[in-house]
Amino acid sequence: MKYTEALERYQHKINSVSSEEMVLNLGPQHPSTHGVLRLELITDGEVVKEVIPHLGYLHRCFEKHAEALNYSQIIPFTDRMDYMASMNNNHAFVMGVEKMLGIEDKIPKRVEYIRVLVCELNRIASHLIAIGTYGIDIGAFTPFLWCFRDREHIMNMLEWTSGARMLYNYIWIGGLFYDVPVGFEERCVEFVKYFKPKMKELNELLTENQIFISRTANVGVLPLDVAINYGCSGPMLRGSGLKYDLRREDEYSVYPELDFEIPYAKGEIGTVGDCWNRYKVRIDEIAESLKIIEQCAIKLQHEHKRTPDFDPRALVPKKVVPKQQDFYCRAENPKGEIGFYFIADGKSDKPFRVKSRGPSFNNLSVISEISKGVLIADLVAIIGSIDIVLGEVDR
Amino acid sequence: MTFTEIKELLIQKFGPDIIEAEETQGLQPALVIKKDHIVEVCLMLRDNENTWFDFLSNLSGVDYGVEAQKFGVVYHLSSILKKHQLVLKVYQQNDRDEQNLPVFKSVTSIWKTADWHEREAFDLLGIYFEGHPDLRRILLPDDWEGYPLRKDYKTAEQYHNIKIDM
Repeated sequence: MKYTEALERYQHKINSVSSEEMVLNLGPQHPSTHGVLRLELITDGEVVKEVIPHLGYLHRCFEKHAEALNYSQIIPFTDRMDYMASMNNNHAFVMGVEKMLGIEDKIPKRVEYIRVLVCELNRIASHLIAIGTYGIDIGAFTPFLWCFRDREHIMNMLEWTSGARMLYNYIWIGGLFYDVPVGFEERCVEFVKYFKPKMKELNELLTENQIFISRTANVGVLPLDVAINYGCSGPMLRGSGLKYDLRREDEYSVYPELDFEIPYAKGEIGTVGDCWNRYKVRIDEIAESLKIIEQCAIKLQHEHKRTPDFDPRALVPKKVVPKQQDFYCRAENPKGEIGFYFIADGKSDKPFRVKSRGPSFNNLSVISEISKGVLIADLVAIIGSIDIVLGEVDR
Repeated sequence: MTFTEIKELLIQKFGPDIIEAEETQGLQPALVIKKDHIVEVCLMLRDNENTWFDFLSNLSGVDYGVEAQKFGVVYHLSSILKKHQLVLKVYQQNDRDEQNLPVFKSVTSIWKTADWHEREAFDLLGIYFEGHPDLRRILLPDDWEGYPLRKDYKTAEQYHNIKIDM
């Protein structure tokens, strides 16, 4: 049968491994796979000959659900895609719907600055998880605790704003759930002041640690052309040495008004494209996000400050019915390019089809390519450096 | 390059028949390409020094509904170097019989991104990609029956004696 041919070929391959090879399952319940990812390895001793990823353990039918819900009701589902960076998912989705409705220019500047502020806070939180869990994959326990301690401050701040710790549903089509609480901007400034020295400590402990460097430098090198061909984006692509960030490419929201750099791998240690360089891009991005937060907090205190009549829900439409069209919206998530492809039929307030392009899904697809012939211990280092979230890989 | 320039380039290289239609009503205009020629068109768009579409942002399979009897694949290309984007579409009529899936050509040989995206479209929509190196289900179990993202999908009552509650 034509449709099951590939499955039979795969089963045959697994059943007919030679006697010196072994099939080893890594996951789905394995701490190093960062969730329920299952990797089937064909190994020869300690050398990985082939990696066959198996996905779908966390598949929750996002796209099918989206066809039965109206646009505003889909936002909480996008929270659950990349649950480490829910704000960024909300932002990307909402931006797409707003563009379809043609109201993206009418959104008040204050709303946009708040959106960027909470997105960047969430970006830091996401990178802190990536860095902390990466440390623990490699065998460094302390950075994990430090990262979670600092992430807790961000979680508390976002909880104060939206009422939820991880899944916010805060950014709405046309506005926000609420304005930020009184004193939030000051707390952001305070947080930046608190957090900057902590990053320095973390760098001393992990980034420049000789053991960490010898485990990650020159491991899992991803050449730039391969990265582009596999659709890698975000820190994966920048880790391979390309200065490419959709916040600058597409200039969406208020990013053009903000001053920040795009970090990319320069290969100070190891080779460009290896695990250490991908990790370093995330460290540098945290510093840039802190810069953005500072600028947003200043703007929100002066130019676009709180007024008694300001209503962040003023533009929220009662019923979202975009004209008949299809639209692909992309934005920069902490993990890379997140995209939503909408098909609107022009009649109903429910999308005809929503397809989401998760950055982790594409970043993960490169794993079989870059982990041919590595040791099993290095494979763990490679998975960690990709920074996947299974909620988004499986959707 | 603008949308019209790309269109003219395609006509110049492959003749006017290559483009079946143009969809320009939305914010992002799309070209409907003859489905058997999608691989050549994509290869040309990737390798031509003026278009340079080296990045496949997204590939989505679409079921256009029971009445339309039509399936499609939508390609969102983007160029990192030239900073432009393009939407390509291919369509095929199909009678929705699960023994006779709609068939499109695979673009895995051009962008490896397409590998998992095409597997996903096969898994959820039942679109078969000719020339794909490893077209297995990706999100659902290998022995799942039916294609859940199809508009006429009926939820299975049970899976391996586990009752599926709605």
